[in-house]
Amino acid sequence: MLEWRRRREPSAAMLYASPLIAVALTMLIGVAVFTAMGYPGAQAVRDIFLTPFLEPQRWPDLGVKAAPLVMIALGLAIGFRANVWNIGAEGQYIVGAIAGTGVALATHGMTGWWILPAMAFAGILGGMAFAAVPAFLRVRLGVSEILTSLMLTYVAVQGLYYLVRGPWKDPDGFNFPQTRLFGADQTLPVLAEGSLVHLGIPLALAIALVAWLVLEKTTAGYAVKVVGLAPQAARHGGFRADGVTWACLLAGGGLAGLAGLFEAAGPFGQLTPQFPSGYGFTAIIVAFLGRLHPLGIVFGGLALAATYVGGEIAQTTVKLPQAATGLFQALLLFVLLATDVLVTYRIGWKARAA
Amino acid sequence: MTAPPRLALAGISKSFPGVKANEDISLSVRPGEIHALLGENGAGKSTLVKIIYGVQQADAGAIAWDGETVAIPSPRAARRLGIGMVFQHFSLFDAMSVIENIALGLDEAVDLAELKVRVAAILQSYSLPLDPDRAVHTLSVGERQRIEIVRCLLQKPKLLIMDEPTSVLTPQEVERLFSTLRQIASEGCAILYISHKLHEIKALCEAATILRGGKVVATCDPKIESAKRMAELMIGAELRQIARRPGGGAGAIRLQVENLTLAGEPPFGTALRAVSLAARAGEILGVAGVAGNGQSELLTALSGERLAGSGAAILLDGRPIGLEGAGARRALGLACVPEERNGHAAVPDFALADNALLTARHRLPLAPLGIIARGEVERFTQAVIRRFDVRTTGPGALARSLSGGNLQKFVMGREIGQEPAVLVVSQPTWGVDAGAAAAIRQELVDLAAKGSAVVVISQDLDELLELADRLCVINEGGLSAPRDVAGLRIDEIGLMMGGMRGVDAQAGGAAHA
Repeated sequence: MLEWRRRREPSAAMLYASPLIAVALTMLIGVAVFTAMGYPGAQAVRDIFLTPFLEPQRWPDLGVKAAPLVMIALGLAIGFRANVWNIGAEGQYIVGAIAGTGVALATHGMTGWWILPAMAFAGILGGMAFAAVPAFLRVRLGVSEILTSLMLTYVAVQGLYYLVRGPWKDPDGFNFPQTRLFGADQTLPVLAEGSLVHLGIPLALAIALVAWLVLEKTTAGYAVKVVGLAPQAARHGGFRADGVTWACLLAGGGLAGLAGLFEAAGPFGQLTPQFPSGYGFTAIIVAFLGRLHPLGIVFGGLALAATYVGGEIAQTTVKLPQAATGLFQALLLFVLLATDVLVTYRIGWKARAA
Repeated sequence: MTAPPRLALAGISKSFPGVKANEDISLSVRPGEIHALLGENGAGKSTLVKIIYGVQQADAGAIAWDGETVAIPSPRAARRLGIGMVFQHFSLFDAMSVIENIALGLDEAVDLAELKVRVAAILQSYSLPLDPDRAVHTLSVGERQRIEIVRCLLQKPKLLIMDEPTSVLTPQEVERLFSTLRQIASEGCAILYISHKLHEIKALCEAATILRGGKVVATCDPKIESAKRMAELMIGAELRQIARRPGGGAGAIRLQVENLTLAGEPPFGTALRAVSLAARAGEILGVAGVAGNGQSELLTALSGERLAGSGAAILLDGRPIGLEGAGARRALGLACVPEERNGHAAVPDFALADNALLTARHRLPLAPLGIIARGEVERFTQAVIRRFDVRTTGPGALARSLSGGNLQKFVMGREIGQEPAVLVVSQPTWGVDAGAAAAIRQELVDLAAKGSAVVVISQDLDELLELADRLCVINEGGLSAPRDVAGLRIDEIGLMMGGMRGVDAQAGGAAHA
């Protein structure tokens, strides 16, 4: 008989191996499920997980999808480390985009180098402000930020619908529910001619580096880890858990807001009802797949970006429904949480009872 | 011919790494007897009870049940024999009703309606006031305890173990509990009653086994034996009086606490009631007391983890710091070491270097401008490891990989290495082997000799008598006036710790009953 045996110490090797095992298992299960449903399962899984990496013409798209995921996941991971569970990054992402778009609409027809930074600034503030609500409720009233941040996502979505169908509707847009298109100085500069590769990609990498430095080298990052691992020791060491909660939610909200603004001022170039793409939720998977480590999150972001890009490929090649992308993402998180058991337990043979 | 004892232990021994928790313990309990298991914290009471209840297995020795030798591999097996246990801290679901909680605690699945009838019968026959349909979170602590008792009674126990049942009860609830226990005993059930409260044991029990340092030091009849004698047995009559260190004590007041009052933290916290103390440069002030009388509250109030109501309630070298946080207090020179090493004084999942950073960064330049100076941290950690002889692989070792004694040496070294003006430490040698304990005590004495004030909160009287110049007792959140250790008799302290203030009470003993 097989049995689980508790390890004396958590396995460092398994900590890094478990995400890889999870990806491999997800692919295997994916093959089985889609074969059972009558699709060519092996090809579907190859198109979703491997083709985006193997075909160089897919790489720009991969980067464009990975950038917001990485940005949001970095903010979330900082919070998760401190036991602050911001599940509503999607809402903060939307509000960030709305705030930045507000600046873009207010500066409609104007030119100047300052417009885009102002939009980015507004995006960060918008995300922060939206994350401040759960932070306030948790610190002052002890309300779980899991619930409040999640529920506020739907408030943000409805706010977006109202704006694009109401006050912000493009006057020249034939009554379509969308805002004006952003002008040249309101759009992220494209880095590679003819692609959507924008400034957000190098910026996401830079933010990952900064996040890593902050977590590893500063007392602020230290505070986050202590509060998460041993709240009582944190108090003893003179750290304020409330302050850390605020900082984590504001950082998460700010980064999600910035990602939202970049998405609006980059690939979208305007706001439409299709804007909420679920990046805020997918980023949760990215954060865990990357072991809440800033550099791991870069890889996690690429893996999840592949499911978006590959999902589109599989739609055309094997006629997989679009929902397959979400299915794979959910499956990945599910399997990852399961394989994490291996970090603290190992599998051994049970000696037969005498 | 007399009936065999309900429970007879013979030569029970149990060791954990570094400690002999139980050594050759024998005791027997007759049916219908209320038997006290008496001892200070750390005397081995809980280990012994865990062995009886099947939570842990003895290394050696035999358990006889109604005259037959038995093995008790699990709590379930214990319950099948007829052993019931009421723990000090209850395992109840707040959001569920009384009857649901009872059903969840039973080994077999039962019909709720039928269970209700059985519970009602028990409540009736023991005249216990308890509404089976109330949600647990609306109940008082005493009522919650009744749920646990009913849970046990449903199994028709032949032996009931009560682990410090009165530590969370009001005096009225204690009275009611005692009459319930007497009734249970009168029906032939044996009761093993664990406590260190002498007056309770005198009022309730017919026999007492006194443990000290994991060994049985005496068996007596508490109705006849005086409280004074039992206190001596519990604390250790063979205790040697330590020769006082010369000098010391006459310096200026470094830490002064004035009328500090602080509500207890729910659910089991003890409120601090108008605590005043003064610790002088060069002296060690001891705070004795039985666990749970406000020691940890006093420590967190001094460390700044909880703020005093006013700044002037705590003065450090004359400066009001009652409203300063933990970091600011440490920067000013007040260092504290809490009793719990894992998760409070240190983070088990952090390396020693990171643990050094936790509290040393306020007084030492380990993280100037918020940037961690790794080199400095390593150097300081290495210095602590060397000076305090911490057995470890180095500053990178995880705190959890160290033995309790080594981690304690590290934590003490971390604070003493910062040369604080005042050091407050709770249980400095808890679970530490004798050699390390001696080293830690020596460091405390040396620190005081250099002009710091040291406050030692401990339940170990030997330790306090060895270390302290003056001694006070904390009891139910209040602190007694300090007495010079030189003129103090052990039995006086013992009685104060047991809740019987003053020596006059010793003859009566039943004053509280």
